Amino acid sequence: MAEVLVYVDHVDGAVRKPTLELLTLARRIGEPVAVALGAGAEATAATLAEHGAVKVLTADAPEFADYLVVPKVDALQAAHAAVSPAAVLVPSSAEGKEIAARLAVRIESGIITDAVDLEAGDEGPVATQSVFAAAYTTKSRISKGTPVITVKPNSAPVEAAPAAGAVEALSVSFSEQATGTKVTSRTPRESTGRPELTEAAIVVSGGRGVNGAENFAIIEALADSLGAAVGASRAAVDAGWYPHSNQVGQTGKSVSPQLYVASGISGAIQHRAGMQTSKTIVAVNKDAEAPIFDLVDYGVVGDLFEVVPQLTEEVKSRKG
Amino acid sequence: MSLRIVVCVKYVPDATGDRHFAEDLTVDRDDVDGLLSELDEYAVEQALQIKEAADDDAEITVLTVGPEDAKDALRKALSMGADKAVHVEDDDLHGTDVMGTSLVLAKAVEETGYDLVIAGMASTDGTMGVLPAILAERLGVPQVTLLSEVSVEGGAGGVVKGRRDGDTASEQLEASLPAVVSVTDQSGEARYPSFKGIMAAKKKPVQSLDLDDLDIDAETVGLEGAWTKVESATERPARTAGTIVKDEGEGGKQLAAYLAEQKFI
Ligand SMILES: Cc1cc2nc3c(=O)[nH]c(=O)nc-3n(C[C@H](O)[C@H](O)[C@H](O)COP(=O)(O)OP(=O)(O)OC[C@H]3O[C@@H](n4cnc5c(N)ncnc54)[C@H](O)[C@@H]3O)c2cc1C
Ligand SMILES: Cc1cc2nc3c(=O)[nH]c(=O)nc-3n(C[C@H](O)[C@H](O)[C@H](O)COP(=O)(O)OP(=O)(O)OC[C@H]3O[C@@H](n4cnc5c(N)ncnc54)[C@H](O)[C@@H]3O)c2cc1C
Repeated sequence: MAEVLVYVDHVDGAVRKPTLELLTLARRIGEPVAVALGAGAEATAATLAEHGAVKVLTADAPEFADYLVVPKVDALQAAHAAVSPAAVLVPSSAEGKEIAARLAVRIESGIITDAVDLEAGDEGPVATQSVFAAAYTTKSRISKGTPVITVKPNSAPVEAAPAAGAVEALSVSFSEQATGTKVTSRTPRESTGRPELTEAAIVVSGGRGVNGAENFAIIEALADSLGAAVGASRAAVDAGWYPHSNQVGQTGKSVSPQLYVASGISGAIQHRAGMQTSKTIVAVNKDAEAPIFDLVDYGVVGDLFEVVPQLTEEVKSRKG
Repeated sequence: MSLRIVVCVKYVPDATGDRHFAEDLTVDRDDVDGLLSELDEYAVEQALQIKEAADDDAEITVLTVGPEDAKDALRKALSMGADKAVHVEDDDLHGTDVMGTSLVLAKAVEETGYDLVIAGMASTDGTMGVLPAILAERLGVPQVTLLSEVSVEGGAGGVVKGRRDGDTASEQLEASLPAVVSVTDQSGEARYPSFKGIMAAKKKPVQSLDLDDLDIDAETVGLEGAWTKVESATERPARTAGTIVKDEGEGGKQLAAYLAEQKFI
């Protein structure tokens, strides 16, 4: 059976959920071979094996942390040369997409980004994309070279599928470009203790209607009662009420949770671009004409300062 | 030597219009108004600020690959203050994917001459967000992308520095010129063209290039030469109308009851 390379997104050995989803998709096409780079690479193997990786190629070197993107491209290219895979799958993070794209140039392949589904096809894997702010669904495939496809988080279930997951050291020689862009300092993002926005099953977002940074406590309280991540519209972010890292939409994060709760958000096309593929959408807005109500499964026309705290209390009491 | 900046700008269908696909599954550009991709205005803005910081010792060329109407995008960038424009236009480019577009852009950037290429974070139609990285790969120069802050020190032979706010960390980056940069919408509001700027733009040079001028084989681009193939495009069915209730004092409880029924609680 053909092998499929899966690029592993991990933090010091802790595998992030989108990578496990990629393993599910990779198994539809062939046998997943994972590529894990940087500090903690070997520690990823156990989790990857549980989810179907037959092999885990690992490499660690200071270059992966000290320079931007290119060292990882060099490594993925080495893995491609070693395995000759039927496809290369990479998580659709900002960095993942850049790594995939540069690899595609080097191996003279086409690339499809931001797939939301993947199936095997007679002429290679067929990727589903959700485009034009989710107004259209396209199916595409790659017609030249080894298909390189990046996949959005929450596009497939995480499935247990025990496999060998044998660790093999990947030998990487860095290209001249590898040290081109130096990372001179790095400030890790502070953890909020809440689920990662793009990976969360539930996202609770606030917009301009929240009317102030301090009022976001109301949104956070609802999120915490549901075990959700917190999102914000660009209007709320631009006003300085919530960090940009929590922005949902075209120029923020794209989310596709089971449940999306929008409060005080009008539903502009650029916001919808980042949340319209959510399974269930509910909204609280005082304007019955707000476009967000065209998307919702359930909507409450009302003042969020009344409705949201009442909802939070009710969730808490129902959960006991 | 004066700093040569090339800003890559894309002409896109208006996102607030009714965007759709033509019969050959390429973007229908006839029925929807086009404009300069809003996210590329940030790239033009940063180029202008870098030029100002260099006491005007820089020349800004805006570059687009696109159909005839893409000139509108170039005019807008020129009216914001860019010095000149390059338009790569060729019927054989219809349907080109990112591999082909980047090939053409790389050749055009080299033809124009550059110390710094500045792009937007993503187009508002294709939204791939990968073209700048590919361009750096093709040109063989450093990639300093997705910056929310950018500055150049030391002119043409100097360095570019910037801040990249990633998923897990915020990073300070540095590279020697020549380099390819992309900037996000966090880099600073783009200026509006002034009346003077709009008038001046009419007199600024716009150079037209076709595939022959760039020595690119037509078979490597366009729909036929594409590395990817769109097999189908279907309109997403409208979401079935949801239940909308007016809050009469129990709105929060009603919503909770719905969420419980859907097993979210
Ligand atoms: C290139 C580009 C990229 C963009 N990218 C993004 C993006 O990534 N994400 C994004 O979100 N936007 C983005 N935008 C901006 C987008 O166009 C909208 O301006 C933005 O989404 C509006 O945010 P909002 O819904 O919070 O604010 P508004 O549109 O002002 O809506 C506020 C809503 O709150 C309601 N409201 C007010 N008070 C209350 C109350 N007390 N109770 C209940 N409801 C109340 C109002 O009725 C209104 O519907 C982008 C725009 C451009 C041009
Ligand atoms: C809905 C949709 C989905 C698509 N999916 C794919 C796909 O999966 N794979 C694929 O190969 N192609 C795809 N394409 C085609 C692709 O969008 C175009 O080839 C495009 O020129 C490059 O990609 P982008 O617009 O997404 O650029 P991005 O990578 O998002 O653009 C980043 C920056 O590059 C610069 N830039 C981009 N295009 C131009 C241009 N023509 N002229 C000057 N500067 C430019 C701008 O500065 C822009 O801000 C898709 C197109 C559409 C409309």
